[in-house]
Amino acid sequence: MSNLLVIPMVLPLIVGIILIFLRPFVRTQRIISFLTMLLTFGVSTYLLVEVQRNGIQTLDFGGWDAPYGITFVGDSFSLLLTATAYFIAAIVLIYVFATIGEEKEKMFVYPLILLLLAGVACSFLTGDLFNLYVGFEVMLLASYALIVLGGEKGQLRESIKYVLVNVFSSFVFLIAIAFLYGTLGTLNFAQLSLRVAEAGQPALLTTIAIVLLLVFSLKAGLLLYFWLPGSYGAPPMGIAALFGALLTKVGIYALFRVFTLLFYHEPDITHTLIGIMAILTMIGGSIGAIAYNDLRKIIAYNVVIAVGFILSGLAIANQAAIEGSIFYLVHDMIVKALLFLLIGATIYLSNVGRLDRVSGMIRNYPLLGWMFFITMISLAGIPPLSGFIGKVYVAQGAIESGAYVLLAFTLISSIFVLYSLLRIFRAVFFGESTISKEDMLPMKKAMIIPSIIFVAASFALGFGVEGIAGVVSDAAETLMNPTIYIDAVLNQGGA
Amino acid sequence: METMMSILVGILVTVATYLILSKSLLRVILGTAIMSHAVHMLILVMGGFSRDSSAPLLGEEAASYTDALPQALILTAIVISFGVTAFFLVLAYRTYKELKTDDLTKLRGHDNDE
Repeated sequence: MSNLLVIPMVLPLIVGIILIFLRPFVRTQRIISFLTMLLTFGVSTYLLVEVQRNGIQTLDFGGWDAPYGITFVGDSFSLLLTATAYFIAAIVLIYVFATIGEEKEKMFVYPLILLLLAGVACSFLTGDLFNLYVGFEVMLLASYALIVLGGEKGQLRESIKYVLVNVFSSFVFLIAIAFLYGTLGTLNFAQLSLRVAEAGQPALLTTIAIVLLLVFSLKAGLLLYFWLPGSYGAPPMGIAALFGALLTKVGIYALFRVFTLLFYHEPDITHTLIGIMAILTMIGGSIGAIAYNDLRKIIAYNVVIAVGFILSGLAIANQAAIEGSIFYLVHDMIVKALLFLLIGATIYLSNVGRLDRVSGMIRNYPLLGWMFFITMISLAGIPPLSGFIGKVYVAQGAIESGAYVLLAFTLISSIFVLYSLLRIFRAVFFGESTISKEDMLPMKKAMIIPSIIFVAASFALGFGVEGIAGVVSDAAETLMNPTIYIDAVLNQGGA
Repeated sequence: METMMSILVGILVTVATYLILSKSLLRVILGTAIMSHAVHMLILVMGGFSRDSSAPLLGEEAASYTDALPQALILTAIVISFGVTAFFLVLAYRTYKELKTDDLTKLRGHDNDE
């Protein structure tokens, strides 16, 4: 029992609502939203430490014991992701302060970001399937509003498809919930896990599992990523960075939760399917990443490749591979935000978003160029940076369980990531400078500081693997052994 | 009762699918609204109901009680789908004002129309 567990969801929610009434006071809004993010990051980190000390933290709202009431469960996996999400949100906010423009600041951009984070935290921490749906919807509604904020033509056109796809997938999610409740009579993760195990996951439950796979794949961009590149190109870059770092990761979290805790009895069907989808995602993402000349499209397809990579860890499903996926998930959240911010700064400074119309940026802005270089090698997985350790563990897991096809595709996809970013580096940063010294826009400090912090975080994660390894292996152990989770939720206090 | 409800759900899904597949944006939104009703009724059917069971709070003598959980779920889901539909309608209106069309085939994106 820990009442603090409610803070990551409720605090941003309340502050977001209060900020709606502070609409004209932009400066106050900035300070309050930034402090909220920092405070929530602190609380999630504290809870993460607490989990290492005392085991999984749970909270039953209103004193109704699980499985009857609404339950929040914080294990290492969910709290690690919550803490990372709030860390990223706090840093990205600094970039948003500098770039979003006063008009949008008065149109509720900060309340919406806070509500988005509340939805993300609710999805990470909830202990039952229906509240996962509610968390998804809170997050998605905020993202609908953020994607269309400003009301430009391109934004409106892309957001219609984004909204339609997500509304439809929410209905499919509800259908899956209805059938699951009809067959098993519960929606609490722990109790569902027990009942699926008792029934031995017959064909009907496997079918429901595949429906859930479809739903979460739509949200995570696993194979069904067709909506992703267009919509992530529409909003302002700071917002797109939040989307790229957080939204698909919630879908990935849900996939991990459902396919390690509930439906792990028929890996030949479900996990093979996930593996095939992951391979196709990596192929499609790689083709997209090298096919376009639009910078936004290239980095959006890089998000897709990472989704495929992380879920190949889930498809392999042994301790090493899951650990690798979690490492890579945390790394990817940080570095994708960084990549979006750097490309945002590039587009702002050069005023064009295409590969073939700008070059030689590194002469005018050396710091920006070298940070992009570091991001590139970090994403490709060069040793001292954060991407390396995740790739090693996933590869190790793949070799242990003999998944050589998957191994080949994960490694080849890294080459495509490197190639697609090298194309940007070569075309945009090297070569003759297209911007003369006189026309050079001064670089805003607030635009570059968040990127520096993220680069530092990527180094810290790479060098400080020891520090985080305990948390990650605990998270992977909880995912691999559902009984730990079930015991923590259903037999708390007593027994 | 369950059979009748299931058939009704099927009819609603058919109508919703037909509407969602049409070109006009307004019809698509109406389709999603009808789809939401279909899904909510499906949850109700999955909870199961019989004639003899009574409301869960009135009296303690009844032989069996109705399962209240599906109704709580539907209540939440209705509120959410109501909010989403309202947002979607406003979005469609703004899109119509800005882009002068509600035809989905004309709302396709192109690479070089910044």
